[in-house]
Amino acid sequence: MFLDPWKPVKRALITHGHSDHAHAGHERYLCTDVAAPVIRHRLNLTDQVQTVAYGERLQINQVIFSFHPAGHIPGSAQVRVEHQGQVWVFTGDYKLEHDGLSTPFEPLRCHTLITESTFGLPVYQWQTQSDIFADINRWWRSNRSQGKTSVLAAYALGKAQRILVNVDHSLGPVWVHGAIDTVQRVLAAQGLRLPHTRLVTAQSTRTDWEGGLILCPPSALGSPWIKKFQPYSLAIASGWMSLRGTRRRRGADRGFALSDHADWCQLNEAVRASGASRVFVTHGYTEVFARWLQERGVEAYEARTQFDVEAET
Amino acid sequence: MKRFAQLFTELDQTTKTGEKVSALVRYFEEAHPDDQLWAVALLSHRRPKRTVSTALLAQWAAEQARIPIWLFEESYHVVGDLAETLALVLPSPTHSADQSLRDWIDFIRALEPLAIEEKKIRVQDAWMMLAGTERFLFNKLITGAFRVGVSQQLVVKALAHHFQLEPSYLAHRLMGHWSPDTTTLEQLVQTDDTHADRSKPYPFYLAYPLEQDPASLGDPADWQAERKWDGIRGQVIVRHRQLFVWSRGEELVTDKYPEYRVLIDLLPDGTVLDGEILPFKDEKPLGFQSLQQRIGRKNVTPKIRSEVPVVFMAYDVLEHEGVDWRARALWERRERLEKLCGIASSVLHLSPLVPFASWAVLAEERLRSRTFLSEGIMLKRKNSGYRDGRKRGDWWKWKIDPFTVDAVMVYAVRGHGRRANLYTDYTFAVWHQGQLLPFTKAYSGLTDDEIAEVDRWIKNHTVEKFGPVRSVKPELVFEIAFDGIQKSTRHKSGIALRFPRIHRWRKDKPAAEADVLETLNRLLEEK
Ligand SMILES: [Zn+2]
Ligand SMILES: [Zn+2]
Repeated sequence: MFLDPWKPVKRALITHGHSDHAHAGHERYLCTDVAAPVIRHRLNLTDQVQTVAYGERLQINQVIFSFHPAGHIPGSAQVRVEHQGQVWVFTGDYKLEHDGLSTPFEPLRCHTLITESTFGLPVYQWQTQSDIFADINRWWRSNRSQGKTSVLAAYALGKAQRILVNVDHSLGPVWVHGAIDTVQRVLAAQGLRLPHTRLVTAQSTRTDWEGGLILCPPSALGSPWIKKFQPYSLAIASGWMSLRGTRRRRGADRGFALSDHADWCQLNEAVRASGASRVFVTHGYTEVFARWLQERGVEAYEARTQFDVEAET
Repeated sequence: MKRFAQLFTELDQTTKTGEKVSALVRYFEEAHPDDQLWAVALLSHRRPKRTVSTALLAQWAAEQARIPIWLFEESYHVVGDLAETLALVLPSPTHSADQSLRDWIDFIRALEPLAIEEKKIRVQDAWMMLAGTERFLFNKLITGAFRVGVSQQLVVKALAHHFQLEPSYLAHRLMGHWSPDTTTLEQLVQTDDTHADRSKPYPFYLAYPLEQDPASLGDPADWQAERKWDGIRGQVIVRHRQLFVWSRGEELVTDKYPEYRVLIDLLPDGTVLDGEILPFKDEKPLGFQSLQQRIGRKNVTPKIRSEVPVVFMAYDVLEHEGVDWRARALWERRERLEKLCGIASSVLHLSPLVPFASWAVLAEERLRSRTFLSEGIMLKRKNSGYRDGRKRGDWWKWKIDPFTVDAVMVYAVRGHGRRANLYTDYTFAVWHQGQLLPFTKAYSGLTDDEIAEVDRWIKNHTVEKFGPVRSVKPELVFEIAFDGIQKSTRHKSGIALRFPRIHRWRKDKPAAEADVLETLNRLLEEK
């Protein structure tokens, strides 16, 4: 039984469908019913996937497993493991703020917590979601008045839909890149209701998206695809955008620090609320966050993960 | 401060010069005159004096953020900018403030005589009044590190537009010694025609790199060749018994090169020469790096003058006896230039011609560039006038190819600032007696995508971490280009490279096939 493994295993528990968590090649998969369609679609799976509802308890040998909302993206889960009275919680990717799309994070009490730490430095402190969307709307409005198209890059799964449900649709139509459209078709098919979007195709022209907002995945940046929106203003929505250096390096006009991960304060809050006496830190600033917790009297360790990739997915 | 923060954000968010200028013009139209003057001062590198040490600021911010100082330092390493780190770790402000830019500068200056405890109370209180960009800018001002991505030229352009004045006149007005304490913006830009005209330089004519076969330029007899000297392009102006020295980029640098004062006596009134500000000692150029050291100094001390003396290597005469000569043919200007530089002087040098009867001869001469410590050959059409800007066809620079060596990446360090999250700085090694011997660092030269790819590779092939440094599996081979090589006792390899940069990633080459130290030693001997 492995959590988000990347080496092929017999039975994999998958927290959500982001590519750094859901890897191909396992024999059997277990995930939440909400996360399953995207995972099936992305990894080309059929009946190898077993699903559970949030909170449903699953006993395997002497161990009880259950999946609980992580608030990261729709269907994303923390995994709770109970064995002989000892409770472990593996957070996966999570955030505490309600995003209006994902089932909100559920605080779980445990003895041992395994937490991510993608943004485990005190320089990462998010603004509230409403402040960030006020900024995004202002940017869109100002582009519109200058006759520019607004192009916003965001992860196709989760971030793009979060933008879609929170942005001010009275400002204009929202168009999406094919990669986002594909994800949204899968989500719509499982019954998730999302505001209406239009797909940018080879046939669509400038007059179609005039004054509109274009959502595209970060991989579209710098591709010829984006040139057709000229004149446009380009923005990126990602937690990394809170650093000026990253904003400038990515060559976008604007960066919105909109993240689906816990910031510094949320990480600390989650550790505190879990009541865990032992914490393992994975994914991100593991060394630093573990040392910080140790100094605060928590028994904390840097958990070795096979990948030390600083991607925010 | 809000309006200034808005200007800063607008300048920061665009790389287009047109948009930068219009942001500045809007600022000058809207901001309070007191603030405008300080904005101009800051944008022309006049900063208030630092009144608190950065170590104290870090300590106070860490305390207010309730984090230990080591965690502040880790954060600083990732962010790469002290003012930004301070702004980000601090808790959200508790109240808001409406002070102007000027008020905050006065606030910072008023800290100077205070006791440390009092400074701390005031600074921590200020932090709790400022959010976002305003807090960041306050920190930039208090750490004495304010910079913004806008050139002096653009500031001049915007002011010229705002006041309806000549840009070159304004450029001159903004140079020299003035302080926002003793002047107003009106006084600063007030017209003083005679003075402005006296110092006015001509736009520089710039050469294009020669990429085609020189034979395509036609008859060698139509062309004049000179060495390409590696200093700073400059213009020397003597008018009304006054000397002005301009560097490229419309910067008045007369005070930086006191050596040139003798030119008032050497050159007749009404003379403008184009040439190179060239570090020069013992009858040969010193190389650009030494000039950079000198430029970096605030004061030109006798010590730095004796370490890095400069000459003016004259290329051309643009004005003679008060008459604009730019439309005359180069051969005519050259004759005049040779006469003007005829007087023996240790400061005024005439850029020597490189005689050549055929392109083959010139190609040979180009290969000898390094013996002259020059960067290559300049080609100028003999019957051409002195044009302005970068117009193609009459001037070409035919640079020498850099040296190259294939080396293996052995260490990587995270970048700062712009590249805070990526491993961007690498150390390279060549083979020596069966072992890899680190011999140089090299930056840049890779595309953003390649940097991201190398970064991912590094994170997955780390052998050891020591602080910010990682040693990596010796597998990746890069071609390193460099302009010069010198013996060095400070390096274990015994050599130091000039301007090493990554030329390309040799994905085709295994580490075993990288170069050996002997190859580099041979280059050293060839010199
Ligand atoms: Zn994720
Ligand atoms: Zn992730």
